[in-house]
Order: sequence, then C-alpha cells, then structure tokens
Amino acid sequence: MSIAVHAVRESNRGARIRRSVIRALEYLSLFLACFIALLPIWSSFTTSFKSAEEYASTNAMALPRNWFNFGNYVQVWTEGDMLRAFLTSASVVIVVVAVSVMMGSMLAYVLNRFRFPGNGLIRNLFMIATLIPGIAMQVTTYQIMKNLGLLNSITGYMILLSGTDVISIYIFLQYFENLDGALDESAVLEGCTYFGVFFKILLPLTKPAIITVAVLKGVGVYNEYYSANLYLQSNSWRTISTALYSFSGPFKSSYNIICAGVLLTLIPSLIIFLVFQKQVYAGLASGSVKG
Amino acid sequence: MSIVSTVQPDLRRGKINWQKVLVIFLFAVVPLFLLILFTYIPFGKMIQFSFHNMSYTKDKGFVGFDNYLKIFTKPEYVDAMLLSLYYMAGAVVQLALALFFASVLSLERLRGSGIYKAVLFFPFLVNGIAIGYIFKYFFTHGFVLDTVLQAIGIPLEKLPYWLRDQSVNNWSLVFTSVWKYCGQNMVLFIGAIASIDPTLYEAATIDGANRWQQFKAIILPGIKTVFMLNLILSITGSLSAFEPAYVVGSMGANGTATFFIKIHQMAHVSQKVGQACAMAMVLMALILLFTVLQRLFFRYVMKDSESTFNAKANKAKALW
Repeated sequence: MSIAVHAVRESNRGARIRRSVIRALEYLSLFLACFIALLPIWSSFTTSFKSAEEYASTNAMALPRNWFNFGNYVQVWTEGDMLRAFLTSASVVIVVVAVSVMMGSMLAYVLNRFRFPGNGLIRNLFMIATLIPGIAMQVTTYQIMKNLGLLNSITGYMILLSGTDVISIYIFLQYFENLDGALDESAVLEGCTYFGVFFKILLPLTKPAIITVAVLKGVGVYNEYYSANLYLQSNSWRTISTALYSFSGPFKSSYNIICAGVLLTLIPSLIIFLVFQKQVYAGLASGSVKG
Repeated sequence: MSIVSTVQPDLRRGKINWQKVLVIFLFAVVPLFLLILFTYIPFGKMIQFSFHNMSYTKDKGFVGFDNYLKIFTKPEYVDAMLLSLYYMAGAVVQLALALFFASVLSLERLRGSGIYKAVLFFPFLVNGIAIGYIFKYFFTHGFVLDTVLQAIGIPLEKLPYWLRDQSVNNWSLVFTSVWKYCGQNMVLFIGAIASIDPTLYEAATIDGANRWQQFKAIILPGIKTVFMLNLILSITGSLSAFEPAYVVGSMGANGTATFFIKIHQMAHVSQKVGQACAMAMVLMALILLFTVLQRLFFRYVMKDSESTFNAKANKAKALW
C-alpha cells in the first residue's frame, strides 16, 4: 500500500513538473513574440536619438550615446513641416469621424425604428457593398473623383473617406437593436418630434457606440495612406502619411532623422490606444463580424 | 432585425405622417447618395471600362474581351497572381500563431497578460508608411535584423539582402504583414474565447482533460465562426495583398509586385484604365469565388462539428 501511495506521489510530481515546463515554454513563446513585435519599433526608437556621425559609425542595435539628443526630432519637425501635417490630419480625422458618427447613427435610427418601403432594400444595398472589395474599384473611383473636380482637394478626400464606410453603420444598427423602443415611443406620444427624439434622447444614449466608432474610424483615417497619396498630391495638403512618405526625398537614407519622424507619428496612436484600449478591442470585434 | 413599430398616430388610415417621411428622407439621403457614388457607380463603370481600350482622358472604343485575354496570356500577370500564394501561406501561419497566443492568454492565468496582449496588438495601429520605413531599416543589409542574427552566431556574409534577393524578399514582405495583423487576429480570438461558457472548462478539468484536450473540445468549436471569418478575410486579403509591397517593397520592385500593385501601376502609371478595370474585375471575381467556396465548404463542415460540439458540451455539463 505504501508503494501505491508513493507511486501516486511520484506521478503527481511528474505532472507538476510537466505543468511548470509547459508554463515556462508559454512564457518563453510570449516573450519571444513580444520581442519580435517590439524589435522593429525599438530599433527605430533608439536610432532616432543618434547624431549623423553616430548613426554612420555604430551598428543599428547599439544604444544611443545621448538619450536626450532631440536634434533629429527638431530637424524632422521643422524641415518635414510636420506641425502642418499633424493639423491637416487632425482636421481630416475630426471631420470624417463627426460625419461618420452622424451618418451612421441617423441611418441606423431610421432603419431600426421605422417601417417604410425601401427599408429592406437599403439594408441590402449596404450589405452587398461589403461583398464588393473596395480595393478593386479604386481605378474607377479615381475617375469619378477626377470628374467631380475633387483631385488634390482636402474636401474631396474627406468626402471619400466618409462615404466608403459601412462598419460604423453596422455598429450603430447593432446598438439601436438593443435600445428599448418604449423610450422613444413615449416621448413621441408626449409630443416630441422625431428629430427631438433622435437628438435629445437616443443620440446621448448611444455614447458607447459613438466612442467605439470614433476611435476605430479615427485611427483608420489617421493611418490612411493609399488614398492620401493618390488624391492629395499637392504639397499644400499633406497628411501625416503623405508627409512621412515624402521624407525619402530630402532625408534620403538618413534613417536617424526619418526614425524620429516615424516615432512622432506613432505618439497619437499610442495615446489613443492606451486611453481607449477597451473600445479598440471591442470595436474590432463588432466591426469584423460584418466587415 | 427588430423594427419597432414606434408610432401609432401615423397608422390612421390614409394619412401620411409627413414628419416621418421627412426624417426618413433627411437621415437616409446622404449615406445612400455616398454609397451609390462611391460603390455602385464605380462598380458599374468598372464593368463597362473593362471592355474598352481607354485612358482617363481618352476612350478608344469597345474592344470586347481583349483586356481579359491579355491577363491570362501574359505571364507577368499570372506571376503576379501567384505571388498571393506567399501571402496565403503567411495568413495560415498568422492565424495559427494568433490562435495559439489567444488560447495561452485566455486559458492560463499568466502574470501581465494584458501587457502581452497590448504589445502584440500595437503593430496593428502603426501607420502604413511608418511600417514601410521601419522595415526598410529593419531589413537593410547589416542593420537591425542582421545585427540580431549575427549576435546568435550567423556571419553576415551568409545573410541575404532581405528586400533585394528575389529568393527571400517576398517572404520578408509576408513577415511584415504577419507582424502587423497577427495581434489583431489574436484580439478577435480572445474576444471569441471570452464568450465561451466558463463552466465548460471547469467541467473538463474535473473530467481530467488537459489543456490540449480542452483546446480541441471546447475552444476550437466555440470560436469556429470567428475563426472561419478570419480565415476567409485573410485568404481574400492575400489575393488583393498590396500593403507590404507598396510601403516596404518600394511599389513592387524586385519581383514583389502583387496583382493589385499591377492594377495600380496599369491605371496610374501606364494610364491604361480599361486594362486595369479588367484586371480589377478578375481580382474581384477571384475574391468572390474564394469567399463563396469557403463559405460552402465550412457550412458543410461546420454543421457537422457544431452538433458534436453541442453533444460534447452537454456531456461535459451533465458530468459536472
């Protein structure tokens, strides 16, 4: 009997050892993955503090001699005209987010709260649109923008980004489906107009959906580069993406300066992510379901 | 889908509630207009242009299927299409890694799991052009990657030019794509795993199931829908891959031009809009074909596994 107890103890110990080995391997794989995720960004970060001479003489992974050498940042900020680019990007983000939130919530309200001929048709039009890969149509979209005189126009770029968005409509539709209809019904019976119901009662209630759409759309618009490169080729309307893109001209292969520019563009995304982490994760999930 | 029959007053027969008509019109007209302007009109024009020999400024007339025939007879187009196979392979690796890390972070009570999640996810938020510079620097001969590889004992002479050498450069680009999107997939999987009934794990643990068995019997069936959706998106995304080649691969230099890059160049460099539209049509047809095929395939497979999943779940609960 004592042998049996001993054997059980042995096997328990074996299981325990196996578990801790597995756990160690799990940590190791996570460390490795995080290392790979951070290494490219980290190397840009360290390089951005190196002087031209230091950049040329040390290897790419060597730490900078002076962590407070902000010379590259100053140079890229002034010569790269980054303040202007940040302001342009900020205004595009604000306008497009505001328009998307308004359009998405209004359309979702109408589709969810009213029966009318064409309701199903509108829903289907939006659903089919998600099946057509937008990327395939960029050639003819360009032609339309050209015919409308919207090339090299910041307004045109804003309209384009606001108009090709289905995800925010879906996020609002989902949200309205879970909002009790009794609320607006009683408001209407008390003599409130539909506009009043929407703006005074429902819109404030959709705040979580608004934040989700704003964060998701905001980050997407801030990082957008394909259409910006295509439609904003004049120098007067550089977004962060196009400003960054143009750096390969003046700064050629001075990666220490370019890295400073890269790091600057990451700061807004990083702040938004740290503040709205939950909304980013949640929005991703609701956006992908019908994206 | 629940349309609340909000308002009673307008149900009085024959009387149109003008306020309601107005609100519907005002709230729907702009999004609908933009949808038609930027989705359906370009779609219609794309079909039309694909049969024409034309540039943005001049239309030299209807040419039938000429544009389409060129795509399938010129090897450069077929080669560009075949490049998507690299990205599909990358997508499979990416989904496997994402699933692995999602399960580890969800199942095990690891210290700092929120930080791992955030770190792995952050690349998804990095500006595409910034990614271009970061990885050009990363892959340059003798720079970041090579320094790390030298540190683990591989001499520099044996290392290829990651972005120039045509035997590896497409893999380098695929790597950047996995780097960016893996964390995003992982977050979606973590969300799906979180919606699985936690008592199932308890039941399974009491049953003596190990982590691998729990993964196979509970997690995998539980997140099947999200997984399939991501698989479909990654595969169709591979067909239209362009971001790595555009930003890191200098617009498809050195044999990295994917089919979409070819479309872009055809339209905006060569100004052959008709030809570009025909290529876009082919791309779209391929994407739709793959989507439908995968949906059909998984509808068949899913039905089967869903029932076994439910049976297993019930069994686990009953045992508990």
